[in-house]
Amino acid sequence: MASGKRESFDNPVVEWIDSRLPLFTLMNKEYGVFPVPKNFNYFWNFGAIASFMLITMIVTGIILAMQYTANIHMAFDSVERIMRDVNFGWLIRYIHMNGASFFFIAVYIHIFRGMFYGSYKAPREILWILGVIIFLLMMATAFIGYVLPWGQMSYWGATVITNLFSAFPIIGEPIVTWLWGGFSVDNPTLNRFFALHYLLPFIIFAVVFLHVWALHVCGSNNPLGIEPQDKKDTLPFHPYYTMKDSFGLLVFLILFCAFVFFMPDALGHPDNYIPANPLVTPAHIVPEWYFLPFYAILRAITFDTNLVMLGGFGLMFMPFFWNVLAMLVKQFAKMDLPRFKAMTPKAPFLIGGLVVAGAGFALSGLIPLLTDVTIIEAKLGGVLAMFGAIVLWIFMPWLDSHPVRSAMFRPVFKTLFLILVVDFIFLGYVGSQPADAMLVGLPLSIFGLIATAYYFAFFVVVLPILSVTEQGKPLPKSIHDAVLSQHKAAKAAKK
Amino acid sequence: MDNMKHAIRFFLVILALSPAMAYAAGDAPHAPEQDWSFSGPFGTYDKASLQRGLLVYRQVCAVCHSMKHLFYRDLEALGYDEGQIKAIAAEYTVTDGPDDEGEMFERPARPSDKFKSPFANEKQAKAANNGALPPDLSLITKARHGGADYVHAILTGYEEAPEHVELLPGQNYNKYMPGHIIAMASPLMDDQIAYEDGSPQTVDQYAKDVAHFLTWAADPYMEDRKRTGIKVILFLLAFAAVMYAVKRKTWADQH
Repeated sequence: MASGKRESFDNPVVEWIDSRLPLFTLMNKEYGVFPVPKNFNYFWNFGAIASFMLITMIVTGIILAMQYTANIHMAFDSVERIMRDVNFGWLIRYIHMNGASFFFIAVYIHIFRGMFYGSYKAPREILWILGVIIFLLMMATAFIGYVLPWGQMSYWGATVITNLFSAFPIIGEPIVTWLWGGFSVDNPTLNRFFALHYLLPFIIFAVVFLHVWALHVCGSNNPLGIEPQDKKDTLPFHPYYTMKDSFGLLVFLILFCAFVFFMPDALGHPDNYIPANPLVTPAHIVPEWYFLPFYAILRAITFDTNLVMLGGFGLMFMPFFWNVLAMLVKQFAKMDLPRFKAMTPKAPFLIGGLVVAGAGFALSGLIPLLTDVTIIEAKLGGVLAMFGAIVLWIFMPWLDSHPVRSAMFRPVFKTLFLILVVDFIFLGYVGSQPADAMLVGLPLSIFGLIATAYYFAFFVVVLPILSVTEQGKPLPKSIHDAVLSQHKAAKAAKK
Repeated sequence: MDNMKHAIRFFLVILALSPAMAYAAGDAPHAPEQDWSFSGPFGTYDKASLQRGLLVYRQVCAVCHSMKHLFYRDLEALGYDEGQIKAIAAEYTVTDGPDDEGEMFERPARPSDKFKSPFANEKQAKAANNGALPPDLSLITKARHGGADYVHAILTGYEEAPEHVELLPGQNYNKYMPGHIIAMASPLMDDQIAYEDGSPQTVDQYAKDVAHFLTWAADPYMEDRKRTGIKVILFLLAFAAVMYAVKRKTWADQH
């Protein structure tokens, strides 16, 4: 090692290897004595669980790939052959199918935990952004994977989703043709999807490596959201968290196995057991459950965005655009422009912008040269909103500049965030319904639009405003202090 | 048991927002739930019913519907021995070849052959059925909401069309078909197939037996799966309990 210092091992074989390639030293440093805040709750298990699911998916996926045939005439039958004639093929495939769902369950909990406890805040921005990239890669991988069995939902899901790219003006159609490798979803599409479905998990693995690396540089956040100060605040990763993670993982696996062995098709769609047929469209094309909230956002945008609305949105982000401009000016013209500070109230811009955008929407098509100029058509608006809903997460560390991390000490943030979680689940419900569904006598699409509006408002309006206005409760002196007083309170309550 | 069923269903909805929800309020009435021996985590197939169901399939359904994912050898799971399977297979003639002269030839089917399809290809199947394609039945209970209940409901759901519904030639009215119009004419009648084991020779019983058989055909490893699952869950429960104790012990000095 560079420092030349390395503690020797007693076992001669381990010592022989470690003095040549310090693998054991590395593992001990990162997973043995690595200091971890001692106050984790069970929400902190889901990183380990998600890693376990990733490995499970890669292993079962490689085995399936040995039996699968990526050809439109054979794919469906080859999957059935795996289910019927390959030894334990049914088990491997059901693990892989349900594994995708449970991977997403773990990752969703992991993401919302990060949001709740402010894990995206400095110095963990890169760690957070890598996480968002992993999620985007997972979505791509899962979508492509669902196409491979070449059932009805595979085919029509692929057709609908790849067609989204045609919403982009000029380049849209060529992109779709390029993705398909032809003029419809066909054999070339299936072949490239198979190749990508094999490739992407390894890219995910690489980004997970970076994610963990970044984690081990700045250390874990914790439920209190305050940094550990000394040894009293932390515990070595092993055995404390290796044991706790193992227990949490086993509980998760019980749930997972309940699905794999007793209701393996409950999370899938029956139509995918019908071979793909380009001439018959299913009654309702629905994506896998884990895409439903985003599918609802896609379908919520049924209106064109006119010039005034776009101006309103632009006004909302004026401070951000201005700062970017100032940065560029400083870089290239060596001139200092005044900038918006993190704590400058941005509410006037946000609310002013919203009012302008709202007025533009209400007067749509009425004012010549202003509200009758369509800039973004509804279809493209939906696509942008859907991708934007995730890309937005990348900017969370800057949208939320409140100095307090954990929602435990931010009551307003906590309430509004929990509403966001409910809102997100509700969007999932909206996405699962046919487009013309009703709820309490009103078209469901209205609720979908309101839920979508809240989703975006939370990130671009609520977070920046709360950053400035929310007082926040006093933070404990240290993790150790908080844990001690909690124990005292618990003991007192018992007496 | 019913409570558990409800709990599982509730859990499903909460956990997964299963797309199945989208269909809870579809346009066709929900297929009534039947009492199946294979339901629940301990459910198994009833071999007598499977054998009767095979009989119904072979005598009635197989006239139009293929089951191309099944081999005759798979019938071992129904309780037939090798000789019986050979005899069943031998009742069908399949095309094999080419032989040493390069000619295709006909021979009796063997257990290693796949179920013989009634039509040579989709076009022929459509031509013989007024342009409607009888779906392959290998996976039918997995490919429809309601599974076996749906198959049973369709087979017993034929009715006179209400007055406002006008049927074209070759169309039939079925209570449980989405959209109510179905190309298949009511295929079953009471006493149509002779059962040797004294089971009632009713449309309802035929429908139950063939739905049972088709559930097995779509999910032949269900019994293995559930048996393995019980072992796996028990193992995981025990392992989790041990790990919980280990975790408590490890953390004891911190509490």
